[in-house]
Amino acid sequence: MADKEKDIVVCRCEEVTLGEIREWIAKGYDTFDELKRVLRVGMGPCQGRGCREIILREISKMTGTPYAEIPQGTIRPPAKPIKIGSLAEGGDR
Amino acid sequence: MTWKNTADYVIIGGGVQGCALAYNLAKMGAKDVVVLEKDTISSGSTGRCGAGIRAQWGTEMNCRIGMDCLSKFENLTEELGMDVGLNQCGYLMVAYRESEFETLKESMKLQNRLGINTRVVTKEEAYSICPGLNAEDAVGFTFHDKDGHADPFLTTFAYQEAGKRLGVTFHKFTEVTGIKVENGKIAGVSTTKGDIAAPVVVNCAGGFSQHVAKMAGLELPNFSERHEIIITEPVEFGVCPPMLMSFTGNYYIQQRPHGSIIGGCSPEGHPEDYKYGNSWQFLEKMAKTIHKLLPRTKGIRIVRQWSGLYNMTPDRQPILGEAEDIKGFFLSVGFSGHGFMFGPTTGELMAQLILGKELSIPIDMLHYRRFATGELINEPAVV
Repeated sequence: MADKEKDIVVCRCEEVTLGEIREWIAKGYDTFDELKRVLRVGMGPCQGRGCREIILREISKMTGTPYAEIPQGTIRPPAKPIKIGSLAEGGDR
Repeated sequence: MTWKNTADYVIIGGGVQGCALAYNLAKMGAKDVVVLEKDTISSGSTGRCGAGIRAQWGTEMNCRIGMDCLSKFENLTEELGMDVGLNQCGYLMVAYRESEFETLKESMKLQNRLGINTRVVTKEEAYSICPGLNAEDAVGFTFHDKDGHADPFLTTFAYQEAGKRLGVTFHKFTEVTGIKVENGKIAGVSTTKGDIAAPVVVNCAGGFSQHVAKMAGLELPNFSERHEIIITEPVEFGVCPPMLMSFTGNYYIQQRPHGSIIGGCSPEGHPEDYKYGNSWQFLEKMAKTIHKLLPRTKGIRIVRQWSGLYNMTPDRQPILGEAEDIKGFFLSVGFSGHGFMFGPTTGELMAQLILGKELSIPIDMLHYRRFATGELINEPAVV
């Protein structure tokens, strides 16, 4: 069971597995932003919409810190990916 | 993590400077090294930087450090036991004014004399180095093929992991609130987690280094600027093969091996600023710059923008050394936008200085006393 869980892809944008996330939490990378920096979780086109909550729950389980007390990590603009061409050509209108 | 209220060496700041220094101190035999980081490792200027590494500098000091850091980066993955994401794609410098091209060529002469094989390339060569480039308005280019970029997060974490294996302690979410000086000597630090008595304290606090220096009663002439930056979704590698950089064009653009394109520029007027924030004006300006230079990027999406602090000195070269009237207080600050790339070298140099070893590159001239004596050599090559 545990072995199967290991291969579950948690961050689909960057193809990061639960096993990798657990490995780095165990090394002390127990905030979303540290995991983001080391594994790229949440850096893809969805910007963490798919994986953030799963990862925060995993941190909570492994560290014993209540879910509500774990920083949710930085959410950066833009809210949705924007094409370079749209920004470059649309700016003056 | 258990708290110990004494240490031999306390390092303030968990960016590349602090982590590389901690690793090098431990590697040279120092015991009881502690790194204090107010947020998380690599959360400040290092983790927010444009990731570039180059030897194309305009002062001899920066050229020597730049050249040494390139060779260190070449061996870093092996030395630290973790991939640091090095990509030596070369820096293509683009000049849009004759005077700028002359400065690049002057710098190139200096670089060549020091063994850095920068060369002038024609527009045709520039277009073959970077297919798809549109630089019709440029007047000249220089290129150094050993320059490139690495992953600032992985590099800093690699130092942290290697440091931990050698016994270094890292405390995150631990902010230094005071520095104790007794009879002209460092006595220790106060933090949000407790006090630590230590005979050596090193300021590696990046964008906030002058605030930290002030805690010890030392006024430094550096200040911070906020620089903004964007990154795109990952696309097929080869959209922007080299690092494109221009001083009058005010940009640097590169593509990480992973496929994302990163682009940034300097803020207009270079105001002093200590906040991280983002503006739509920058997003639009940077999109226009990338679109003009690499028209084929128009369908590529920007996924994220952020900002970070450049810790600027009056001559845009770092401040390295021990404080004059505070024995045991060392400074590794003021990197003026190139702290990440210099980290592997300055981390080693500072460890040599602190442990009283022979320095592999003399750094006397980087002491802050140069600002009082007026011995400044201005670095022209900063974006």
